[in-house]
Amino acid sequence: MSARGVHQGGIGLKVDGLRVVFDRFVAVDGVSFDVRPGESFGIVGESGSGKSTVLRAICGLAPKAAGEVALTARADLPAPGSKAYRREVQMVFQDPYGSLHPRQTVDRILAEPLAIHGVADAEARIERALEEVGLGAGFRFRYPHQLSGGQRQRIAIARALILEPQVLLLDEPTSALDASVQAEVLNLLEALRQRRGLTFIMVSHDLAVVTHLCERLMVMRRGQVVEQIASAELAAHRVQADYTRSLMTASQGFRRVPPRAHEAQEL
Amino acid sequence: MTQPLLEVQNLRVAYPNREGGATEVVRGVSFTLGRERLGIVGESGSGKSQTGRAILGLTAPGGQVTADRLNFDGIDLLTCPPAQRRSLRGGRIAMILQDPKYALDPVMRIGAQIAETLQSHAPLARREAQVRVHEALAAVGIEDPQRVATLYPHEVSGGMGQRAMIAMMLIAGPELLIADEPTSALDVTVQLQVLGILDKLVADRGMGLIFVSHDLRLVSSFCDRVLVMYAGRVVEEIAARDLQNARHPYTRGLLNCLPQLGNTQHPLPTLDRQPEWLQA
Repeated sequence: MSARGVHQGGIGLKVDGLRVVFDRFVAVDGVSFDVRPGESFGIVGESGSGKSTVLRAICGLAPKAAGEVALTARADLPAPGSKAYRREVQMVFQDPYGSLHPRQTVDRILAEPLAIHGVADAEARIERALEEVGLGAGFRFRYPHQLSGGQRQRIAIARALILEPQVLLLDEPTSALDASVQAEVLNLLEALRQRRGLTFIMVSHDLAVVTHLCERLMVMRRGQVVEQIASAELAAHRVQADYTRSLMTASQGFRRVPPRAHEAQEL
Repeated sequence: MTQPLLEVQNLRVAYPNREGGATEVVRGVSFTLGRERLGIVGESGSGKSQTGRAILGLTAPGGQVTADRLNFDGIDLLTCPPAQRRSLRGGRIAMILQDPKYALDPVMRIGAQIAETLQSHAPLARREAQVRVHEALAAVGIEDPQRVATLYPHEVSGGMGQRAMIAMMLIAGPELLIADEPTSALDVTVQLQVLGILDKLVADRGMGLIFVSHDLRLVSSFCDRVLVMYAGRVVEEIAARDLQNARHPYTRGLLNCLPQLGNTQHPLPTLDRQPEWLQA
């Protein structure tokens, strides 16, 4: 393990008044939040609510029309857009079938970020990264099509972690996976976070997944923040906004009207 | 119900391997369906979609379907002439596919696609067909059917596309509807609306519904009965309301590995697959 990361303590991230506009469409409007070092922060909302765009704006994949994104907790942290910033902030995308280059081996996929950032000990790092996500060295020279969905997502996580970033952006990391595989990936993410003191920002439409992995979350709708709430509050059904309540009801499964009481409770 | 709508006994679907021999993806599935909601649950590769497709006769070319019985309302689906099978398909048996983005024809207006389904089963005058199309779109909760009928699939949202597909499948008034992950591509809130529509149709029309999904909780909240599939076999059949008392370790594993609001374990329990489940 290199000296980076472990000794420095975590890095936090602050977003202030973020606004993202595509042509004339305002995708994100005045979103502010503050993620403490080592915290896991969730963003939930339906499709089109702007939750993924927030993540993309943080890592520079979506244009910022206004607002600030900054790393916090120390003074000498790199500014967004710089190479050093990208080394600290890495992203895992939603669809492991689309986010890995189909004609590159796992080895090459993992080597690319190291080459970009001029990291010397590529060999050792690739082996260690595969080890860390629970895949052996045997997977190193396979192509993505030779892997299952869960294995692919593990590769995507390994690629994000290979630069030893402090902040990991997770865009629906398990929504393309089966329930049983989802549990494995969630456990992996949780273990990695504990081991490395990572800061997570995770986007999901699944309230149960977000509350499982995150301590605090933000509900978004139509590009705006509906409310910010601690996961424990949400789990105890202490929510402020009606919209959050309707999301909660929806996540509890289908109900007939009038609901059959005994069935609804079991779920 | 004296005679079940659908009888499936020892259904097998096999695909030939390149080296000779064949891989069985459905290995002896049996069930009967009345006018009820039956859920089929399992992970990817468990054979749940293949089961649905075999009933409809949509197994991919090369696949071999065998069964001791595969009867729909007294018609033997395996031996009936292709023409009869075609008239059943889309007429009395319909299937909703997972992703409206791929299942709808991208270069045909939504209204025209729905009218095509209708025309192939019940030839009508164009004007009359159009009225029926608008009625069908309205029945699935689309507020402005006249406008939506003139749109192309890429111009509507996922939820709207899925509703259009449901409208298309229901326009010929099927008695059996196979829904293959009809809501997986949709948001939770839209998901519930679509389920509400399906539920109403089952209740109003007395349709039989086979609901294929990987989401055990969703299925159990919606269906009357659930078949749990693992590696091409039904490992457990259970009434939806008894799901919490499921006995098979695979079913229990699937239930436990889902994070639950307000009550989650860290780390989540994962499935410990046992080789004997393959024989179960």
